[in-house]
Amino acid sequence: MNSVTENQYPEERQASLRLEPVMRFGVDAPLLLDCGVSLAPLEIAYQTYGALNAARSNAILVCHALTGDQYVASHHPITGRPGWWNTIVGPGRPVDTDRYFVICANVIGGCIGSTGPTSINPATGQPYGLSFPVITIGDMVNAQARLVEALGIEQLFCVIGGSMGGMQVLQWAYDYPEKVFCAVPIATAAWHSAQNIAFHEVGRQAIMADPDWCGGDYLAHDKRPEKGLAVARMAAHITYLSEAALHEKFGRNLQDREKIGFGFEADFQVESYLRYQGSAFVDRFDANSYLYLTRAMDYFDLAAEYGDVLAEAFRGTPTRFCVVSFTSDWLFPTSESRDIVQALNASAANVSFVEIETPKGHDAFLLDEPELFATLNGFLNAAAQKRGLKNGV
Amino acid sequence: MASDQAQQNSGRVDLQLIASMIQPGSRVLDVGCGDGELLRLLNATRDVDCRGIELSQKGVNAGVAQGLSVVQGDADTDLVNYPTKGFDYVILSQTLQATFEPQKVVREMVRIGKRAIISFPNFGQWRVRMHILFSGQMPVTQTLPYLWYETPNIHLCSIDDFVDMAKSMGITIERFIALDKEGKVSLTNQCRPLANLLAAQALFMVRAD
Repeated sequence: MNSVTENQYPEERQASLRLEPVMRFGVDAPLLLDCGVSLAPLEIAYQTYGALNAARSNAILVCHALTGDQYVASHHPITGRPGWWNTIVGPGRPVDTDRYFVICANVIGGCIGSTGPTSINPATGQPYGLSFPVITIGDMVNAQARLVEALGIEQLFCVIGGSMGGMQVLQWAYDYPEKVFCAVPIATAAWHSAQNIAFHEVGRQAIMADPDWCGGDYLAHDKRPEKGLAVARMAAHITYLSEAALHEKFGRNLQDREKIGFGFEADFQVESYLRYQGSAFVDRFDANSYLYLTRAMDYFDLAAEYGDVLAEAFRGTPTRFCVVSFTSDWLFPTSESRDIVQALNASAANVSFVEIETPKGHDAFLLDEPELFATLNGFLNAAAQKRGLKNGV
Repeated sequence: MASDQAQQNSGRVDLQLIASMIQPGSRVLDVGCGDGELLRLLNATRDVDCRGIELSQKGVNAGVAQGLSVVQGDADTDLVNYPTKGFDYVILSQTLQATFEPQKVVREMVRIGKRAIISFPNFGQWRVRMHILFSGQMPVTQTLPYLWYETPNIHLCSIDDFVDMAKSMGITIERFIALDKEGKVSLTNQCRPLANLLAAQALFMVRAD
């Protein structure tokens, strides 16, 4: 079904990245997107860890967040940094790669090897840019489902992820309930809130206000809207933390100076920190991808089809759920996880729900949170027992 | 009834009794499941699909870390979210007297479950009566260990009170078991009027029609 074609990334990116493996689907197998456009060819860059067992029943799909990637437990080829979920995924970790076959794919619309706005539009021979179709969380999941099928896996033991990854987890459980034995949506929501859409819009406007964005056509002009993308990242980064975390980390401390400078340099440590976050981000992320992926999150609303009755979306679901939220997460507050739990309860679904006390804000799901590890260990071990998975592959 | 080993694991004999009333293969909802003692017992002995609701987030997190399906929730407010006849059994053990609206909670339980199993301390027991009669103070007993100002038990009732409420709600009592203060089956089991005077605790299995 999937036909192998030439790697079509801009030479510059191709040279700097080692993105294999990539699953390629040719023009004979287009992906019909929610917006009505058929996307082909389609490439999905992914990483796997551990070994698939003989029964093909031990696969866990990890869904990454907005600016995440497939390097969940291995070094990022651009930044050289360790996997973004090393604390959760690895040998002896809650998502134990000695026991499970772990898959993580770059979402479509992304910029780390899967088809997205930096890919070549076959109609023009140029990068898609804004001619890339608007994609949804559902499209991302449908693409992943193709990958999972191509890997010969009929049912995933678990789909797990935080934030935008959590949205994909919910979408998976909704679209493919029979293919998801258990699901772990973390720090997420069944619909994107007005406040979150608002923050995303600030980020998008910052990118589009950068003259180097060139109406989305910056690659053709050999430019990159680095300033706009950095501002978008800075604004977003604040939402990933908490007031308490910022206060504890920086307070009103000054950066490399004894007193305020009566100017607009980074007087405060928090300013310097944000500037660094912004500038580090532009090295590894594409501005148009940022537009597309934030849009996909904004459009996410699982209940919309059911007259805003979320419970209907999960009626009769066979999937076991473990919903996790964090007390200081104001981007995806506990109340939104509770909505999910309430809906699952109303569907008589098998659901666990843990709210973890932490001052670290939304980012807590990426950080060292022992209670998160204990929760995942308990839930996954019990689910593995139900699924008949033995210790070890 | 229960092995010594199981009794060591469980401090509460009444939970073993409740577990023994559950048909294997059933769907069970334990309302106010605490640290998940009954859920663990059911998982280990009855092969059931069981879930818990617990008010304290700490209890919930501990339960989930042990692989139990538990959500944070309140018997008074959250049972309305559950579907009608979604479970074979809904259990409320030693919690009814701590709810704000016991009648509403019981009504929700028999809606959600084909059967509800409810246990509570019997306020009609002679010890309680004597305590009030002779000391003129709120009773403090083994099954009601709190002083009046710190007790979570805000809706205490006797066995006869519960029976009256069930009658008024049109709820059928399928089984009644009188328990002593340790949670063992009381000798007064066969005679409810006597149980109301003598039993320290009561266990009812009820259904809606």
